[in-house]
Amino acid sequence: MEPAPNAPGARLVKVKGPGPVPVCLRVNDRLYCLPLEPRCSLLDALRQHLGLTGTKRVCNLGECGACTVLLDSRPINACITLAVECDGRSITTIEGIATDGRLDPLQEAFIRCDAVQCGFCTPGQIMAARAFLARNPNPSEEQIRRAMAGNLCRCGTYDQIVQAVRLACRDGGAPSADCGRPDAAARRRR
Amino acid sequence: MRIFRTRVEFEGREYEEETLWSGAEPPPWGPEAELKVAGRAVARVDAVDKVTGRARFTEDVVVPGMLYAAVLRSPHAHARVRRVDTRRAVSLDGVRAVLYHGNAPSIVLPNGEPIFDRWVRYYGQAVAAVAATTEERAREGIARIAVQYETYPFVTDPDQAAREGAPLVQPCGNRPAGHNPRVYERGDPRQGEQEAEVLIEQEFRTPVVVHQCFEPHCAVCWWDGAELTAWTSTQAVHAVADALAAVFGLPRNRVHVRAEAIGGGFGSKQHLGEEVVLAALLARQTGCPIKLSLDRDAESVATGHREATVQRVRLGARRDGTLTLIDHRAVIGLGAYGREGMSVTGPSRELYRCPNVHTEELFTYTNLAPARAFRGPGYTEGLFALESAMDDLARRLRLDPVELRLRNLTDDEPVGVRPYSSKPLDTIYRIGAAAAGWSSPKPAPSRPWRRRGRGMATQIWGGGGGPPAYAWIRLEPDGTAVVLVGSQDIGTGTRTALAQIAAEELGLPLESVRVEEGDSLYTPYGPTSAGSQTVSSIGPAVQAAAYQARTALLAIAADRLGEPADSLVIREGAICHGTAGERRLPIADLLRPLSPFALLGQGDRGPNPVGVAIRTFGAHFAEVEVDIETGEIFLVRLVAVHDCGRVISPLQARSQVAGGVIQGIGYSLTEELVVDPSTGIALNPNLQGYLLPTAADVPGIEALFSGEIDSVANSLGVKGLGEPPIIAVAPAIANAVADALGIRLANLPITRARILDALQRTREQTGARIRTRSSDRSARGH
Repeated sequence: MEPAPNAPGARLVKVKGPGPVPVCLRVNDRLYCLPLEPRCSLLDALRQHLGLTGTKRVCNLGECGACTVLLDSRPINACITLAVECDGRSITTIEGIATDGRLDPLQEAFIRCDAVQCGFCTPGQIMAARAFLARNPNPSEEQIRRAMAGNLCRCGTYDQIVQAVRLACRDGGAPSADCGRPDAAARRRR
Repeated sequence: MRIFRTRVEFEGREYEEETLWSGAEPPPWGPEAELKVAGRAVARVDAVDKVTGRARFTEDVVVPGMLYAAVLRSPHAHARVRRVDTRRAVSLDGVRAVLYHGNAPSIVLPNGEPIFDRWVRYYGQAVAAVAATTEERAREGIARIAVQYETYPFVTDPDQAAREGAPLVQPCGNRPAGHNPRVYERGDPRQGEQEAEVLIEQEFRTPVVVHQCFEPHCAVCWWDGAELTAWTSTQAVHAVADALAAVFGLPRNRVHVRAEAIGGGFGSKQHLGEEVVLAALLARQTGCPIKLSLDRDAESVATGHREATVQRVRLGARRDGTLTLIDHRAVIGLGAYGREGMSVTGPSRELYRCPNVHTEELFTYTNLAPARAFRGPGYTEGLFALESAMDDLARRLRLDPVELRLRNLTDDEPVGVRPYSSKPLDTIYRIGAAAAGWSSPKPAPSRPWRRRGRGMATQIWGGGGGPPAYAWIRLEPDGTAVVLVGSQDIGTGTRTALAQIAAEELGLPLESVRVEEGDSLYTPYGPTSAGSQTVSSIGPAVQAAAYQARTALLAIAADRLGEPADSLVIREGAICHGTAGERRLPIADLLRPLSPFALLGQGDRGPNPVGVAIRTFGAHFAEVEVDIETGEIFLVRLVAVHDCGRVISPLQARSQVAGGVIQGIGYSLTEELVVDPSTGIALNPNLQGYLLPTAADVPGIEALFSGEIDSVANSLGVKGLGEPPIIAVAPAIANAVADALGIRLANLPITRARILDALQRTREQTGARIRTRSSDRSARGH
């Protein structure tokens, strides 16, 4: 942990605010420069200031993972990250992962496996899975379950999410018999 | 249209409904019908919107000029609001309006809770609201309101609230008037007790649990003159529109309620809530659109709960397992307002063939938010008690738990003494037992300090649906169709199922059908998304509307082709000769030259069949390992078998079951809103302390279906599936734990602490030595 700002031995930290300060965020490869209060979370900046409402607010305390976005390719909870901390950095949200109108393999896999119920946690699930697969392209089911445990789903879509992540990492989301026979994964495990 | 009377079941209650019905009934889809679109595994029709973040939830609605609202909530469980000083809030830059009891109109919500009363009766009850230019400003405004409270004694436990001398939640007392307690009796319970060769008696307790919908209760409201538009995350656009029209004295056609995507409801979004009323009031006062979203704390304490119950079950049986007595008494919390309590003892009246039954439900006010239905309300709590007691009875009689249940099966619904429309419970037990390896020897625990156990439980619930429910289908000149229904998709997949039903009946490919739901102004009346009824209520109406549209199309085709309509069919979007015949004319080619036109199929849900009871059945089989040193429960396997009639959307049905089971796992093992008895304050109003299951906590859920199509129930042969999957989870797990440890855990949730306590008590009582890891080690000479 870093020492508190301006405590003995700490680096001298430039104090920002009060009042709006200029912040530049590169979101989904587009640069947005706007004045934001230093207390504004990255989540509020995305949803309320940039109109990118795909990222969801659920617990607002970093407990549920619904607001997961990638900050320089690393998954973070946007609700407990200050927008000013992200100044000059690169952010990827759910709106930015389809390329040229084609869905990301994970998005395809989520659709195919019905890994979506009410859909409110889905963007966070997909972003967390994306970061996980980038670290571990060929995980076991146990590893997927552990990696995805930080993303809660009140509808209880976990089995389908695990299947979707397996499908996406196995064959990039190509059609597979597994999701048509939804209990195949459960059966295999025994 | 004519007036018809029919019996309808809703969440454990049956009543007579008067309904308007055209009398038109389309030919039913018999059990042998060869269906092409319905019953096929298809992607959720709104899945692309949901995986791209495009789906529009009320939380995502932004309107130009919109202000944000925040709510000040009571820090006390019971208090009189003596003084509210709003001056420092009003003077804050950016604050546009402040509402409290001193300047708000007197409004009572449909659940009986007043908006801004001078009395607050639960922790978190709304005291004032602020509208401001930003959310932060609104919250700052809230922080600047000074309130003087005069606190009063409170009670949050239903059992204590029922006692003489308990603090009074309402001035009239803690027992709401009416049939309270609600008593039912058949046969002679005293005789049943005398005839019993074995008696089981046990007290059960279930906790307060929170729906925790991920999209909070929220609303965006604005006025155009005397017209109110309300986006809201709701399970009932039509019921909310009715209630708003009444509250604001508006003509019904001047209220527009919308809910496009809904981030979960689970019962907590069935009625008009404070979020809509406050947003509408603040919008009227400021002249600006208002957005109000509850934060997670408020979601936890102010949107209602599955309230706590204390239940006592007594079962009497002969040695062969024949039940002679079921006596089930429950004290049920209601929260601080409301009258209609959940039917906790319903399963004890209905599930088994027992001649002597006594049930009693005593409802008590408590200083908590008013109870709200939560997936399988009442039955989930009640079946935990009944099915746990049945398990104890089986153990006492040395009978297989499935066998005990088979010996007490009833073909007739025992309260109304009518046959069931279908009841494949024996098939369900067979499928479940086979899938769970029920009769195979129990494998040894995976570690020496764990114990392995198996348990099962039965589920009964309604879900037959019924009128009123209507559907309109508009055919477009290009051969596509729009289905307009007044229901909503809260995540269950109704949009997909209704699209499949319409496509099937119309002979169109699924991609050509669009379902519009969640709009009170442009759709015909549709019921609340509750009671597991959407597919069984609206489905037949959609089929009827599609049948009418198809009949019209065929008549037009007959005119065009100069052939009799009855020689033509519609297949994959084209007019054909017979079912296997030649493709003559794509519907688009038939209709385009006739454009413009308006072609509408109208359908309505007919009455329910006379003289039968429609219920859904299921059984859950759980296998667990319990660590006797840490008290941790590991779920090895959970098999859920359900009977929902014909399955329209297999993928989504499977998701429903797995999801319900996982919610049931939370109810069984971890979920409880902990209320401090000394302050009445909830200690875990967040997702850090209120523990939902995670992907790492649950086993793969095996979801299986009876496969029986209920052709008596309705024209599609469908029954509900939304709630049944949660209902039997807790008793199945508790019974597996009892099998593993030989101890009955009668209080939910079955936490590690409770397991360790129970183990400790058993050790003390029996002086038994239970082998643990440390004793293993010492045995091995470490």
